[in-house]
Order: sequence, then structure tokens, then C-alpha cells
Amino acid sequence: MSEITVNTQFTLNGVAVEQAIPVRQHLVDFLRECHDLTGSHLGCEHGVCGACQVMVDGQVVRGCLSLAVQMQGRTVDTIEGLSDRGDLTRLQQAFLEHNAFQCGFCSSGMLITALDIVRHHPQADREEIRDLISGNYCRCTGYQAIVDAIESVLQEQRVLPPQAQPSGVSS
Amino acid sequence: MKSAAFEYHRATTLSDALACMARYEGQALWLAGGQSLLAMMNLRLANPPALIDIRGIEGLSDIRQSGSVVRIGALCTHQQLLTSTVIRECVPLLAQAVPHVAHLAIRNVGTIGGSLALADPAAEYPAVVQALNATLIAHGPAGERRIPVQSYFQGLYQTALQPHELLTAVEIPVAQAGDLFHFDELSRRRGDYGMVGLACASQVKSGTLRAVRLSFLAVGDGPVLATHAMQILEGQVLDESLIRQAQQALEQDLQPSADLQATAATKLHCAKVLLGRALGAWRTAS
Repeated sequence: MSEITVNTQFTLNGVAVEQAIPVRQHLVDFLRECHDLTGSHLGCEHGVCGACQVMVDGQVVRGCLSLAVQMQGRTVDTIEGLSDRGDLTRLQQAFLEHNAFQCGFCSSGMLITALDIVRHHPQADREEIRDLISGNYCRCTGYQAIVDAIESVLQEQRVLPPQAQPSGVSS
Repeated sequence: MKSAAFEYHRATTLSDALACMARYEGQALWLAGGQSLLAMMNLRLANPPALIDIRGIEGLSDIRQSGSVVRIGALCTHQQLLTSTVIRECVPLLAQAVPHVAHLAIRNVGTIGGSLALADPAAEYPAVVQALNATLIAHGPAGERRIPVQSYFQGLYQTALQPHELLTAVEIPVAQAGDLFHFDELSRRRGDYGMVGLACASQVKSGTLRAVRLSFLAVGDGPVLATHAMQILEGQVLDESLIRQAQQALEQDLQPSADLQATAATKLHCAKVLLGRALGAWRTAS
């Protein structure tokens, strides 16, 4: 049986994409298989673990609970696109400094949530950070270090005036 | 963990969506945020012949106050509800409930209409709209149909919606000054499905409770009104012994089933604890 496809246009990491996409292909399979963007991981494939997260129109979403054909007219940014443009640099450095990468499987999804926290919840305290990352599993259980890393970037951001902030925390 | 094959249509207008559903003779499913549906399809618990994507239909995601009601479009996301001033001021019970709904990434996509149409017994919105005497609004081939919440929930994942109908909005009465509301939920981890939850509302007239509504989630096939406890509280002034009587009455109102999280007895105990906390907070406030 041949796959049913629908023509879909959207912006992927700043580049216009137009192609016929199998309708049952979820966004992460599309990214990994058609564009070799393997930074978004597949853990549970039913929206529980958060390893598959990407940004759609600037908002964190579950890649496994989005069909690629639903991206029509939208802007999709993956961990690769965000890293290439330097947007994540400060968070990635902080994760390294605090040993918040262990096996690394959850890291890309965790960093996407962290980016949302830095952009939209600049005043979050440790308790709120824990609440906001509650949708991302780290099965190495490295949560303490992850919270430390995110907190350190938020603290830096509060001290530095906006124009002096490193590019990693621009919104 | 991959969905079976299906057909897919992007609807651009309501009439387009309804015409498309007619072609599938009501067998297709509506795709809103998809945060439950796509998970169920990935697990092959759902296998529809077609999905009709309604997210591109304009005008279904507004939150509007008109007179004594707030009308919330079915495509309104959890995140929209969380940040809406109208919801915070006019529907405080809903504002209290939204932080318990799922996690950040799912809140950005999942919709109130999707949750109300699915009618998961552990979901927050069904209990909230039941406590607030909301009206569900659906559109079908015959036009608009208004469904009072009393006849909307019809059992496990069952609602009064017909296969050809699309839930388009929910209308909730605006809170009046002095009304009391409380939402609370016990879950292992914030955002996970609740073990037990409670949405409740009441008016207060010279210290006495009027029109008390207690709606529990995750203790039955749908949201469950605790009618005996409501009767005990009606027209009374809250004190410790009344709160204990209301808690005791939950033994008649709720017949929770054991699930992976807790035994039936634990769930009943948790329900009493939640009711005690809610009424305690009301007693302090009124």
C-alpha cells in the first residue's frame, strides 16, 4: 500500500521547505529521516518523556505528538538550528559546567525547555524550574545538576543589563 | 509505536470541516491539538480512517466575555487559558485548574475543546465545567446545538456529541463578587494525571452556602457530582462538624475504582482530604 502524502510548506531552521510528506509521519521521524536532523530524540513516542521537543512558532512542543503535515505555514526550530545560531550557547556551557549532561539522551529536549524558561520565565526560582522541567525525563536522574545549570543562567541574566547579555540569552 | 495509515484533511472553515466529516459519514476524527489523540494513535489504541485538522479554522480560539458569560473557543490552548486576564478575573476556578493540566510543551498545543470532547475521567476541565454549570456548544449539519453540562458527560470517554458534530465552544457563567471557588488535585508529579481531584463552587449569602457544587475527577467514569455532600452543605454556615459530615457523605457519593496509582480506599480517603482542604479554605475566606 502506498503512503498517503500531503504537500506541506514551512520554515525549518530558517530555510523554506516544501515537500510531499506522508500524513502519518510525526515531526521527529520527518526531521530525522528526511533532513538528517538527529538531535531530536525519540524516547516514548507518546508524549511522556520530552526527548523529542522542538520549537514551533517559538513555543516548545512535543515532536512525537505533532504530525509533520501539521507544520503547514509554521516555523520549526530544532536543537541543531538553535545551536547553529548561537542562541543556546550560554545554556549549553552552563550544562557542561554543572555536569548536567550525563548520557545525553534527554539533553536536547531538556535544553529546549531550558531555553523557554530563560526566555519566558526569567524570574523562576528553583521550585518553579523544577515545575517547568517536570515534562522532561532524565533517566540518569541528573535533575539536581540540570536545575543548577538553568538557575545559574537565570541568575547571570538578572545581574547583567540586557545589552551586556551574552547572545545565548537573547529572546 | 507508529500510527497506522489514515487520510488527512486541513479544514479552513467550519462548513468545510463539517462537509468533510459528512463525506466520511461521521467516521473520521477531529484533530485539534492532538496531544491525546496522536498518542493514542501512536499506541494504536485509536485507528481512525481519517483526521480532519481543525486548527486552521479561524475564530475558534477566542476567549470573550459577553454579559454574564465567558465564551471560550474550543481551540483555545491550555497556555492561552493560563495567561488570560479574562479567565483569571471571570472564571477563577478554571484559572486555578489550568496549572494542573499536563506540562509546558503539551500546554502550548493541547486545547480545552479537545479535552472536553475526549472526556477523560481524570482530566481537569470536565470537573471544572460541571462545577460551574457550563454550556457546551456544538456545530453539526443542522447548525448550532447548546448542550447543558448535566446532559453532556455520558460515561467513560462518552459525551452527548454526535459523530457529525464538532464541539466549537464552552460558555461559563461569570463569577460574581463573593462567590467561592476551589480547585485542588493530588498527583505524584505536577502535571501528571491526578489520583483524585476536586473542583468546587458556591455562592455565599450572609455567611451561608448556596448553590454548592462539588465535582470530583478520577473517581468514576467521568466527573462525579458529590450530591449528598452538596446537600449537607447547602444553606449552612461552615464549621468543623459540618465539614466532617460532608467528608463522611463522600462515602455515599463516590465509588472509586482502584487503579495503578492507588486502591479504592486510598482514593476515597484522598477525596475526603481534598474536600476538607477546600472547605477549610472557604471557611477562612467567608
